[in-house]
Amino acid sequence: MKTLEELKAIKDKMRDTIALRHEDPNATKVIVAMATCGIASGARGVLNAFAEAVAENGLIGEVTVSQSGCIGLCKYEPVAQVVTPDGNKVTYINLTPQKAKEIVEKHLVGGNIVDEYKL
Amino acid sequence: MYRSHVLVCGGTGCTSSGSQQIINTLEREIKANGLENEVEVVKTGCFGLCALGPIMIVYPEGTFYSMVKEQDIPEIVSEHLLKGRIVSRLVYDETVTDNEIKSLQDTAFYSKQHRVALRNCGVISPENIEEYIGTGGYEALGKVLTEMTPEDVIQTILDSGLRGRGGGGFPTGMKWRLARNIVPDADQKYVCCNADEGDPGAFMDRSVLEGDPHVVLEAMAIAGYAIGASQGYIYVRAEYPIAVKRLEIAINQAREYGMLGKNIFGTGFDFDIGLRLGAGAFVCGEETALMTSIEGNRGEPRPRPPFPAEKGLFGKPTILNNVETYANVPQIILNGAEWFSSMGTAKSKGTKVFALGGKIKNTGLVEVPMGTTLRTVIEEIGGGIPNGKKFKAAQTGGPSGGCIPAEHYDIPIDYDNLIAIGSMMGSGGLIVMDEDNCMVDIAKFFLAFTVDESCGKCTPCRLGTKRLYEMLDKITKGQGTLEDLDKIEELCYYIKANSLCGLGQTAPNPVLSTLRYFRDEYVAHVVDKTCPAGVCKDLLKYNIDPDKCRGCTLCSRKCPAGAITGTVKQPHMIDQNKCLKCGACMEACKFGAISKK
Repeated sequence: MKTLEELKAIKDKMRDTIALRHEDPNATKVIVAMATCGIASGARGVLNAFAEAVAENGLIGEVTVSQSGCIGLCKYEPVAQVVTPDGNKVTYINLTPQKAKEIVEKHLVGGNIVDEYKL
Repeated sequence: MYRSHVLVCGGTGCTSSGSQQIINTLEREIKANGLENEVEVVKTGCFGLCALGPIMIVYPEGTFYSMVKEQDIPEIVSEHLLKGRIVSRLVYDETVTDNEIKSLQDTAFYSKQHRVALRNCGVISPENIEEYIGTGGYEALGKVLTEMTPEDVIQTILDSGLRGRGGGGFPTGMKWRLARNIVPDADQKYVCCNADEGDPGAFMDRSVLEGDPHVVLEAMAIAGYAIGASQGYIYVRAEYPIAVKRLEIAINQAREYGMLGKNIFGTGFDFDIGLRLGAGAFVCGEETALMTSIEGNRGEPRPRPPFPAEKGLFGKPTILNNVETYANVPQIILNGAEWFSSMGTAKSKGTKVFALGGKIKNTGLVEVPMGTTLRTVIEEIGGGIPNGKKFKAAQTGGPSGGCIPAEHYDIPIDYDNLIAIGSMMGSGGLIVMDEDNCMVDIAKFFLAFTVDESCGKCTPCRLGTKRLYEMLDKITKGQGTLEDLDKIEELCYYIKANSLCGLGQTAPNPVLSTLRYFRDEYVAHVVDKTCPAGVCKDLLKYNIDPDKCRGCTLCSRKCPAGAITGTVKQPHMIDQNKCLKCGACMEACKFGAISKK
């Protein structure tokens, strides 16, 4: 037998799984460039760091993390763009998993663009 | 933590076009690329666009891939899942505009839909109870057991205006109230679910069971609490193996999680569900026959009253609702009666799921608010009729329903409107017909079905439908008379008035409605001995136009009966006595010289 509290706990646990499958046009997008140049300079670790940090901060559903091909800035890879619903785009360069975490906390949670990593 | 989910349809449609192999290959390729901790593959229920199967959606982007083949998988994995480059040649073309990919929700197929009963189909894994709970599953059951009295539950369902989705349209709340009150001291009551979906062309219930089985279990438990029953039965046809398997998994998981069984949520309420498989008789979709079959007897109907609410399964008060009806219940409990009754028309509330089939581009499953016009469903959501043909009629309600002609194309679909024009909602099968369909032939097709499926217990149905079929057969062979048409009508009314159960009482509907709207076609068969749509073989004549025929001899070589004669470079001739009317010559002719009339 499960109690109502246990039911709610399962629901909370599954929240991120379900939220990932909802297309929200008002979601902020984090797009990591994942062409050969990006992957070679470590974009996959950055992509996963973004995905994990978004989950840890409870932002799944509000923020989607996806990839793109080469955006032409190969020498600055790994590169990621943060696109807000109003169309504003911030490009971050020379990323590491650590920087990705910082960007999620400062930019996506705090609302402050991280100037030092910006293009 | 997965950054991406790949949802692959595991409904019957996509499974038969190979989605299970696609899942296997996908999992293998994901592993080969070292993505198994980043990307999760989820087998879901039906997305609705069965015509484009196998279907796959990649989240968080929401990329909709259609008609995916096994050999496409390595490209999707290495390009999209690894490098983020969408494989545009496989993307559903409706989602691509000006080189941009738009949301699936903005396509014509999805934007006009409103999903209540199908809300989880194609979104969650039906084999994982936690995903169902993640979308708010079993919350309604918890609310009912801890905050509401049985009377509150019944009142809410009554206020919502929910009516039976199986075809009859009887108010669900009223059914529940009767079962609760009619026998005050009943020692046992039953909650049954009719999943014996038998109408040709209907697959709404199958898709709910395959895509979201827990919603039915939850709703049945709610119904059990409302009427005071501790046991439920789902009667599902054995021809739905995927649905049966997922129901079994769902029931076991629900028991394991304590959503079924003893003392649910610690409230002292007990409820369990058993599965019973139908052996393929259409009549077992009729409520009394269904219960007789669950009892272990031959599936035959019995006269009503007494109604099942008073004396149903094993002689005890019983409610029987259809799968789609149940699929609405938890949402009504959670969102309130007003939310539900704000959708739909004055007397038909909520939404209705339709299975689109026949001459339509987007064969599949759609859910629209009641009152949506036939035109919207067929032209906008269904994508219209292929090959530039003209809409002739839509058949609703299967063998119990009728044909809606073009003059009623703009009628808002609800229970009462459809009855008024001689058809019925039925369970939701919607078969679209174009100018190439012969309406007499359609009526004959449905009659052949009911003749086959009549259980034989009562004479009007057993003999009446057979005689009716014979007269229709005579007409399609060009041997009918005008008196036959009158006799047909008379016999139709006789069968309707005197049959024991719904099967016989509605069996003449396809004939009556085609006679009402397409009498001229019947008359053409009888008087002119022609079939205007060119379907009825005995009335067809293939002819070669001597002006167009170049004497290439192709047709005479193709003809299996040796019915075509002629010399090279001279117009050929068809011997009508030998002609089998197979049409092979017409297909072969490169000069369009052969016509059928």
